[in-house]
Amino acid sequence: MHALTKGRALVAAIAAVLVAVACGTSSTASGGTVKVMAEWSGQEQANFLAVVKPFEDSTGIHVSYESTRDLTAVIKTRVAAGNPPDLAGVPNPQLLSQFASQGKLTPLDGVLDMSALHQNYSQGWLDLGTYNGKLYQVYSWVSLKGLVWYNPKNFTAKGYQVPKTWQDLITLQGQIKSSGTTPWCIGLKSGGADDGWPGSDWLKEIVLSQSGPAVYDKWVAGTQKWTSPEIKSAFTTWGTILGSNDSNVYGGSNQITSASFKTAGDGLFTSPPKCYMHNQASFITSFFTSDNPSVQPGTDFNFFPLPDVSSQFSGAHVVAGDSWGLFHDTPQARSLLKYLTTADAQAIWVKAGGKLSPNKKTPLSDYPDALSKESAQILVGTQIAKYDATDNMPADMRTAAWQAVLKFVQNQGNLDSILANLDKVQATAYQSS
Amino acid sequence: MDFSVLLQDIPTLLVVIIGVPVVLAAYIVGGEYLVRRLPDKNRPRVRPWIWVGPALILVAGFLLIPAILTAIQSVESNGVDVLDPTTWGANFVGFRNFARQFADFPTGGAWIAIRNNVIFWLLFYTLISLVFGLVLAVLFDRVKYEQFVKSLIFMPMAISSVALGLIWDFMYEYQPPGQEQTGTLNALVTTFLHHDPVSWLQDQWPGESFNLLNNLALIGAATWGITGFAMVILSAALKGIPAELLEAARVDGAGELTVFRRVILPLMMPTIVVVGTTLVIFALKAFDVVYVMTSGNYGTDVLAYRMYNQLYLASNSGGASAVAIILLVAVVPVLIFNLRQFRAVEARR
Repeated sequence: MHALTKGRALVAAIAAVLVAVACGTSSTASGGTVKVMAEWSGQEQANFLAVVKPFEDSTGIHVSYESTRDLTAVIKTRVAAGNPPDLAGVPNPQLLSQFASQGKLTPLDGVLDMSALHQNYSQGWLDLGTYNGKLYQVYSWVSLKGLVWYNPKNFTAKGYQVPKTWQDLITLQGQIKSSGTTPWCIGLKSGGADDGWPGSDWLKEIVLSQSGPAVYDKWVAGTQKWTSPEIKSAFTTWGTILGSNDSNVYGGSNQITSASFKTAGDGLFTSPPKCYMHNQASFITSFFTSDNPSVQPGTDFNFFPLPDVSSQFSGAHVVAGDSWGLFHDTPQARSLLKYLTTADAQAIWVKAGGKLSPNKKTPLSDYPDALSKESAQILVGTQIAKYDATDNMPADMRTAAWQAVLKFVQNQGNLDSILANLDKVQATAYQSS
Repeated sequence: MDFSVLLQDIPTLLVVIIGVPVVLAAYIVGGEYLVRRLPDKNRPRVRPWIWVGPALILVAGFLLIPAILTAIQSVESNGVDVLDPTTWGANFVGFRNFARQFADFPTGGAWIAIRNNVIFWLLFYTLISLVFGLVLAVLFDRVKYEQFVKSLIFMPMAISSVALGLIWDFMYEYQPPGQEQTGTLNALVTTFLHHDPVSWLQDQWPGESFNLLNNLALIGAATWGITGFAMVILSAALKGIPAELLEAARVDGAGELTVFRRVILPLMMPTIVVVGTTLVIFALKAFDVVYVMTSGNYGTDVLAYRMYNQLYLASNSGGASAVAIILLVAVVPVLIFNLRQFRAVEARR
């Protein structure tokens, strides 16, 4: 009898705690805030906040922004805990498709003005965000990969010409090397599980322009073996850029693996230059200018598209971007998402440098300099546009690919065992997602 | 610092600040009230359970039940909702998840992580922290500024391990030969040893199959954070040795080394064992330093980081659970030994 009362009291006490907690969490829909999460920190974060500033001013909605470089893990945890941000901007569309397949994302067809979206966005960008016939993710900025950055002053000083063909590029790097300087700067460190991705950018460009879009698509889909001649050839072609023992790259493998992708390109601006060329997507300009305040686009840095490896697939480019997914369909999140897809919002982003707008209405005149205008034009004129391959692979395939890049850079002689290991990962990675 | 985030959710804030203490107080007062109404002889039997109840519920809810669910998940196919008991038998895959972790010895599966945990971390992390802790405790015992230096050595304990990893990232920073070295260690190496700079975190010396150097670099950073812990506990044990014993040994003509070897060391042994086994457990669950500094690349993976990767990046709950169980199996014997030893020390007091 007494034990029973004790038990009841206990149950009552626990129930009281649970009820209190439940009440607390159910009423979190606060007046005018939208919670946003993405990877951008530092200058990129400042640019995003500048983009949403007019929105906050005109609507009175507060944008509460959270940044993490370990986005995949953080978002998965938050979604599993039932506490995702309202809106998330992620660099790997595959992650959002996964959430879409689990029913964790709100389809955007009823949220955004679809007819305007179809007018302003090319079908390719919308297709990338579509899952099972519904739009789940939408891009507000994109970047063009496979751009080789160089310092025009250094090129002029040495009389180097911008290479037009792959052979020109190989000749140029030999020329630079024989003059006693390393041709390239490469940095693979990124933080979290992302180390290695900048090297994978090389491989994507080479696969696409050497073996073509069909092989590229099969590679992304997991039906093209890593040990196949096409993919192996992409590695060995990249190996000719790296040189034996990475001798074509500033600092060799030690520097490549320990340098951050954010600062690796700074070697272009030192005197004497540590390197003459740096391959990185269009977003890198905001890192150039924030790291080296005195450099000017056009005069201190310029780019040429990585030449086609095979003329058969000329004009091929890899593109990437951060896409938005809507986890909580609140009026505030809706209006922010609508705003982010407009040309007005994207123009602010574009003006800050480093980002290209997928919205066709964004005027070319809004691009801050000739360089970004040129990359925007290349983006529009690209004949074969393919989305970043590793970002579209299942997570463990992607991580394994990035780790393989690190291993390859450390010892190119291990290529066969590295590729064999990737084949093993490929065999299981595509089942679990 | 923007504290406005605290005010965004006022009901939750109220629950936390007012609700939780009120419920706890009500539980204690109510429990005592009920106990008082029991007959005298039953009270001693019921009262402990009232007081220990919340702790038991917390341990069961946050430790025991999740551990059981993890064990279940480790023999199930991936992506199953383990909270749903109807799925338990249907998705049984036997030991497939474990087989994958133990595949392709010595470089495949979890083998590199197992080697790093069970050989490198367990051996070097434990020994280095223990030896340094002991030496520092014994030596500082003899100087006037003992409290001051002990606080200095203990200070890294107060730093979060992520900050610790970042600090050591700077210490280990690498610039190519000929450039100005921004990392402290490489500045020393190039200036005093006239050796080329070493990329401590990436260099797999002596070889890719036995990459000791970068693992030692990680372990070195971790020991910097934990040596203070070993030192204070050992120092406390040292203070507990009666002065008369040392006095007697010295009167009998023992030198300081003999006193240390024959008197101090045997008397401190139970504490050394407890500290050592605690360090072994720390070594087996190492995560943060690896996560911050190398992300498990270049052969520096450890089991805890592998578990994290399997779960969050690969979305492989089955694999992650299998790694968790491997880790648990490795830790449990040490844990039991540690508890026994701890009790033995307590009993001797």
